[in-house]
Amino acid sequence: MGRSETTPSGEPDRPEVPAQRAGEDGPYLRVKDLRVRFETEDGVVRAVDGVSFAVERGRTLGIVGESGSGKSVTSLAILGLHNTKRATITGEISVGGRQLVGLPEEQVRRLRGRDMAMIFQDPLSALHPYYTVGRQIAEAYRVHHPRAGKREARTRAVDMLGRVGIPQPAKRFDQYPHEFSGGMRQRAMIAMALVNDPDLVIADEPTTALDVTVQAQILDLLSDLQDEFRSAIILITHDLGVVSQVADDVLVMYGGRAVEHGSVAQVLRRPQHPYTWGLLSSVPSLHGDADADLVPIKGNPPSLINLPSGCAFHPRCRYADRNGDRSRTEVPGLRSAGEAGHLVACHLPAEERTRLYQQDIAQVGVAR
Amino acid sequence: MSTETEPLLRVRGLTKHFPVRDGFRSRSAVRAVDGLDFDVRPGETLGLVGESGCGKTTTGRMLVRLLEPTSGTIEFAGRDITHARRRELRPLRQDLQIIFQDPYASLNPRHTVGRIVAMPLQVNGIDPPGGTKKRVQELLELVGLNPEHYNRYPHEFSGGQRQRIGIARALALRPKLIVADEPVSALDVSIQAQVINLLRDLQRELDLAFVFIAHDLAVIRHFCHRVAVMYLGKIVEIGDRDDIYERPQHPYTRALLSAIPDVTTLGPAGRIRLTGDVPTPLNPPSGCRFRTRCWKAQERCATEEPALVRRDGGDQATACHFPEAGTIRQGAGPAAATVEEVSK
Repeated sequence: MGRSETTPSGEPDRPEVPAQRAGEDGPYLRVKDLRVRFETEDGVVRAVDGVSFAVERGRTLGIVGESGSGKSVTSLAILGLHNTKRATITGEISVGGRQLVGLPEEQVRRLRGRDMAMIFQDPLSALHPYYTVGRQIAEAYRVHHPRAGKREARTRAVDMLGRVGIPQPAKRFDQYPHEFSGGMRQRAMIAMALVNDPDLVIADEPTTALDVTVQAQILDLLSDLQDEFRSAIILITHDLGVVSQVADDVLVMYGGRAVEHGSVAQVLRRPQHPYTWGLLSSVPSLHGDADADLVPIKGNPPSLINLPSGCAFHPRCRYADRNGDRSRTEVPGLRSAGEAGHLVACHLPAEERTRLYQQDIAQVGVAR
Repeated sequence: MSTETEPLLRVRGLTKHFPVRDGFRSRSAVRAVDGLDFDVRPGETLGLVGESGCGKTTTGRMLVRLLEPTSGTIEFAGRDITHARRRELRPLRQDLQIIFQDPYASLNPRHTVGRIVAMPLQVNGIDPPGGTKKRVQELLELVGLNPEHYNRYPHEFSGGQRQRIGIARALALRPKLIVADEPVSALDVSIQAQVINLLRDLQRELDLAFVFIAHDLAVIRHFCHRVAVMYLGKIVEIGDRDDIYERPQHPYTRALLSAIPDVTTLGPAGRIRLTGDVPTPLNPPSGCRFRTRCWKAQERCATEEPALVRRDGGDQATACHFPEAGTIRQGAGPAAATVEEVSK
């Protein structure tokens, strides 16, 4: 990592946090059995219910799911952005060898923005309308480099604006968010997230609010920057197309649990979970028979307060009855789906899944 | 366009300018829609597709007369409705309905579903045979909702179910044409497919014509017979679905198609990368409006506005001085070859 070379003030101030960096061996981010619960008047919301994954430097994990699947709650938990009075978080979150769950707020704050950063979906509400874009980026830098002067922070911010492809960065530095177009704002957000060379970047639906031609630019930019900075990236999205373009690995979430996990080729080409099948066959595609009906998943995403028993997907699953009562009574664990690294949480026997996939799914929609 | 069937909707030179006060004296206008020509035949679905600010929503709202056109004409079933007054419009409203994008904002939270769906009947003083309640329940059943839920309120339904309520309301008067403005973009993926399939079934069953407005080219492809691609208030290309998707002639159409991340291809998508953003409609580029982002732009494009013309006698019309030829396949073929220079 070129952190110290690109930091004009020399080695940044990073005392106090137990900085036993796990070194380059092993994943930078490791999440183990993460659970996030919220107590509400209507009952306990189990927003994330035992999710584990890891992301190495230089790799991108796509987290896919519908609204209420727990994908955003997971990312906020990693960044320590949940109100600890309302949310109960258990499990392990290790970032660069540091254990974050239970770490005092003050220490998490020191890591946030420096070692891990977030790119939000809506740059208009994530940027402060009252301050110039440049000032906000410079501030993000100075928070973690208290010895850096104003001029140095400005130089750094202008440099970042240029790096994310904003023309005339020195002039743009002094403009306000409303003077930026949607695509430019998202670039400025990315500049702000990367100003401290974070090792982990979490992008929550970073292109959902953008037009397709601009989305393509931003996705290209993210992967170029990743090549340059070698950060670990988590990309949260509902768009399987976006995942197929930029992710190395995919985690499919449903009802706060992981239902399938593997490389992008494994999950999108040889999907094992009926929910993943449903997602693939319900997405309209630019290829194939435009007149064929899409195959939707019946019903609606579940309520997290009242999650269906057993496999949370069973009320919507076409194959739930093939295991007697098991789908209804027993939560399936995440087990190997055959290939190394490919995990699936489904009661159907592997041979049965392969047969059903060939028979029902492989012929329709984008799964083809 | 074939002249065998009289078009249900005929739009000519449709324009909408929103005046903007700019300082003390000078007044300018946002040229949101700037001269559209298109027809919709009975039972046909026309897709309007484009990026934000291209004027597709403004167009849809003018078609159902929620906005007053600045100039141009809208003819519906042979009658000029461009500036029809409320009273004149009322009988037409029965034939011309709209479905909105946001299923949360478009339903009155204090009315029951039964009342919401019955409203068009009441307003138009229609007493359906068998009574309003029976008709409403038929409609709810038609869109796949439980007719017993007649007395429930919108908040008791999910997003997809609410969109079905909006569809039932639009169908209440047995319209001939429905303008659907981004009807599925606020829904979860698994729910999108349910609603698209429902609209397709209804279209076939009831022989409805649709103007289907969306930014998602894949959704449009699954729903529309014909497609019009818009850019900054203009139609840049219009034609049959298969022509637009397989043999697009306008560079912008090609760029749009190659920008879509498609699940069927792993790794980076097609190679056309437009630089920059859509310019402001307050001050659109001279000549061809796409020229500032186009890799084929030449001097002529800045001085002379290309007309929407048909080539080789087909149904496909393109507004471009240097149209593309040939078929595309994602990430291969002539499109990819022309594009290497784009990013430079």
